[in-house]
Amino acid sequence: MLEVKNLSTYFKQGDSTVKAVDNVSFSVAKGEILGLVGESGSGKSTIAHSILKLIPASASVSGEIIFENRNLLQLAEPELIKIRGSKISMIFQDPFTSLNPVLTIGEQIAEVLRFHQGMNRQQARDRAIELLETVRIRNSGLRVRDYPHQFSGGMQQRVMIAIALACEPEFLIADEPTTALDVTIQAEILRLIVELKEKFNLGIMYITHNFGIVKNICQRVVVLNKGRVVEEGETGQIFSNPQQAYTQRLIECLRVLTHPPTPSLSKRGGGVLSADGGELL
Amino acid sequence: MGKNKLAIFGLSVLVFFTALAIFAPVIAPYDPTEIVAEDTMGPSTQHWFGTDDYGRDIFSRAVYGARISLTVGLVAVSISISIGVLLGALAGYFGGWTDSLIMRFVDVMLSFPSIFLILTIQAMLTPNIYNVMVVIGITSWMGVARLVRGEYLKIRELSYVEAARAIGCSNKRIIFRHILPNAQAPIIVAATLGMAGAILTESALSFLGMGVQPPMPSWGNMLMDAQAYMRDAPWMAVIPGLLILITVLSLYFIGEGLREKSDVRS
Repeated sequence: MLEVKNLSTYFKQGDSTVKAVDNVSFSVAKGEILGLVGESGSGKSTIAHSILKLIPASASVSGEIIFENRNLLQLAEPELIKIRGSKISMIFQDPFTSLNPVLTIGEQIAEVLRFHQGMNRQQARDRAIELLETVRIRNSGLRVRDYPHQFSGGMQQRVMIAIALACEPEFLIADEPTTALDVTIQAEILRLIVELKEKFNLGIMYITHNFGIVKNICQRVVVLNKGRVVEEGETGQIFSNPQQAYTQRLIECLRVLTHPPTPSLSKRGGGVLSADGGELL
Repeated sequence: MGKNKLAIFGLSVLVFFTALAIFAPVIAPYDPTEIVAEDTMGPSTQHWFGTDDYGRDIFSRAVYGARISLTVGLVAVSISISIGVLLGALAGYFGGWTDSLIMRFVDVMLSFPSIFLILTIQAMLTPNIYNVMVVIGITSWMGVARLVRGEYLKIRELSYVEAARAIGCSNKRIIFRHILPNAQAPIIVAATLGMAGAILTESALSFLGMGVQPPMPSWGNMLMDAQAYMRDAPWMAVIPGLLILITVLSLYFIGEGLREKSDVRS
């Protein structure tokens, strides 16, 4: 449903050019979670931002991003505004700063409904309450009136998910949505994302540096390094038989973290880290 | 704590003066332009603040003068805040050449000696109260523009602005609905201090005869009238002088109090 073909995003830095994303191609099917994995600076987030054209105008983007038979990279801003948040949504790494502190939760969910679906104030408010229930926030009828600082981190991320799903998009970009959260909350959010994927038959591009999460929720993986695709394939296949040295190293890191070689480490850190990477769901 | 008390004091004074201004016709015992006494007289039970050189009641003139001074301050500040917020927001949000263009314009405006600019404009137009408000407004927005630009530069990088773009908000919506409310604290502080400045400028203009025209009383032109009688009738100068001082000081106290409060929160 979403196809990225030969995407390259370059940033100019003084005289030199930084190739943040270099000739990357992959596709995501309906109802599928694709993991986009790599270290910091490997170009994961830049790909996400390029899809919705949320990158600075000074960056040069080439290639094609095909969605509903249209190349998103060639659409003008007014067309893109109609797609953002309505057909393609995005959730971010840090829920604490991704919600506007001066607007109530209800207003922020209602906003996206009002301008994409033309709902009036009352309809949008009722739908916002329903959506909060969908992401399992209790007393949603009362809590729509609260401000973000009255919510915990996990609840804020649920609200972000509610906003992202408000217009029933077809495609969701999740940019490390659990990185800033506690381990126990991470598991809940992941479960919610998988559940909502089933419910809405979403295509999801899940960005992470954590192979543990990939193993748990992604059907396919694209491994990135320095802006290029290193390896791509079924999750199980990549895990059991990684072809590239870089992928092997990443997986090896996970093994070291989940099954630490020294007993002292496993006692202190093992539990926490295995929750981070190991058998979550 | 100390500043907070001062701010409350300032607010009370301002509320009191505003009430005087609003209810001036009820409160003032005489018509402010009517000659009610034979000559300049010192304060008495009949004329609390005395009478001026024409024999007009200074208390009544001061009460009506509050109307003029506060209105001029309020309207001038509204104009300067509107211009400053709009230009500062555009410069800070869009950056690039928009920013350069607007900020160089700000630099140019700031390098005019503003009192002379105001005097020149006033000399070309007929000096009346409406022109005074507009002229003060359009020559005092630069500080606000710089302040607002700084806030926008800071806030536009925050992730809720990115999130707003990701749900399909237009630039206009982000500028006014998402960023502006988050930048309001320093803008309110600037508005209070700006109002004090506008009242002072109005007084200076009226003092120079280029502001509010007689016989309409403003605190500034009451001071001008008092010049020639400083020795014989000092109350003519002391009353409007004190009123300007107290009002401006009150506004500064409020501004400082608000500034302190908004600092604590951030």
